[in-house]
Amino acid sequence: MAHRWINTLSDTDVTPEVAFLNRRQMIAGAAAGVGLSLMAQRARAETLEPNNWDDITTYNNYYEFGTDKGDPARNARTLTTKPWSVTIDGLVDRPGDYAFDEIMAKMTIEERLYRFRCVEAWSMVVPWNGFELADLLELAGVQSGAKYVAFETVLRPDEMPGVRYPVLDWPYVEGLRLDEALHPLTIMATGIYGRDIPNQNGAPLRLVVPWKYGFKSIKSVVRITLTDKEPPTSWNKANAGEYGFYSNVNPEVSHPRWSQATERQIGGGLFSSRVPTLMFNGYGNEVAGLYAGMDLKKNF
Amino acid sequence: MVQDRINVLARRVPVWAVWLLALAPAVWTFYLGLTGGLGAEPIKALERELGEIALQLVILGLCITPLRRHLGVNLIRFRRAVGLLTFSYVCLHLLVWLVLDVQILAQIWADIVKRPYVTVGFSAFLLMIPLALTSNDLSLRRLGPRWRQLHKLTYGVAVLGAVHFIWLSKGFQIEPLIYLAVILALLALRWRPLARIRSA
Repeated sequence: MAHRWINTLSDTDVTPEVAFLNRRQMIAGAAAGVGLSLMAQRARAETLEPNNWDDITTYNNYYEFGTDKGDPARNARTLTTKPWSVTIDGLVDRPGDYAFDEIMAKMTIEERLYRFRCVEAWSMVVPWNGFELADLLELAGVQSGAKYVAFETVLRPDEMPGVRYPVLDWPYVEGLRLDEALHPLTIMATGIYGRDIPNQNGAPLRLVVPWKYGFKSIKSVVRITLTDKEPPTSWNKANAGEYGFYSNVNPEVSHPRWSQATERQIGGGLFSSRVPTLMFNGYGNEVAGLYAGMDLKKNF
Repeated sequence: MVQDRINVLARRVPVWAVWLLALAPAVWTFYLGLTGGLGAEPIKALERELGEIALQLVILGLCITPLRRHLGVNLIRFRRAVGLLTFSYVCLHLLVWLVLDVQILAQIWADIVKRPYVTVGFSAFLLMIPLALTSNDLSLRRLGPRWRQLHKLTYGVAVLGAVHFIWLSKGFQIEPLIYLAVILALLALRWRPLARIRSA
């Protein structure tokens, strides 16, 4: 079911408190299983100002194309994204290769304006276009034994100059708990600003989980596997002490090498100030319930 | 011989020209940062550029003695300038970090104490202070042989600088490791058995 979460674009400054209020109302409706008609009573517009196209498409971490922030924009044009298919397998009723065009024909594309918080303590606001991951998983039919979802990025050494170096153990893999994957905030993005998503941002489709650090939002997905075990994730394999499976945005849990209490909003120029980082990147009202009773310092 | 030509040429280059040439990238990068030439996040870009230039100057400084000893190229009259330029770039790098990047006083101190890569980088800066303060003729005369001993701190500073770079990088990255390898190689050249091998 698409449109379970709604926001609107607005050019006013970021005022998180107001955003909080809106979402609290919306999610309260959703949690109670009330229909969309009731949630339409949004008090005020979402007050996030999206970053411009250039910021979003030239400042990227996509190590398969190089470790410099500008490398993906320089090198990713070589990536072939047509044709594309996603293998969905594991604990599903209808495993197989799902062609990208076939997926797009069945999905409802929405606009989602999300905060995006990198583990490196910078952030952007991105107007994604995409569909809910839950809808894609429904196509394949999730079996009752499934507890986790594993994702894999395409690995093409001919098209990806960065994979010559063992920066990470290629291919890039990520994972979510099933309830995280089915959450209405979790989307597969296929566009930005209404245009096809550029290669450097993870064309033709990438995960977006806005309450987690950016590296969880795996790019250029070619495989989605439903499993009953917590799947391995790339940064956790590279350094388990620094990157946990959950990696929820949490200002109270520092990265061992830097604080996560504040963030630099991209686009402010040379003299911008850091701003406080919000718990769950400001999506606490929607997702905190997923982690009720969990020690988030231990499960970082 | 090539070295003689280089030596003749080097004698003609005034030291102030080295200062001017070496400070130009700092001015240029700052200008780029002001005018949008450093991309979406100019603060980190400026900070990183200044830090990398500092490391490159460290390497340049460490080259001067082996160049003379093994290849007969004499650039010794620029060594003080290179050292002080290195310190200048480290100061600028630190200043960008303090004033533009972190800004919050409490967090600055917390970072220095709690974040190993910041601790390492900051230690390198502290170790450079006595070197910068004694980079003048008066100190050289007053300290005598102790001056040479003191300025061997440069070796520690160089290694700390490279470790600082490696430690702040995510994943397994080649570039910072190359800096450390070059620095270690230049230090190895000073090791007695190797230092004895001179050019013909």
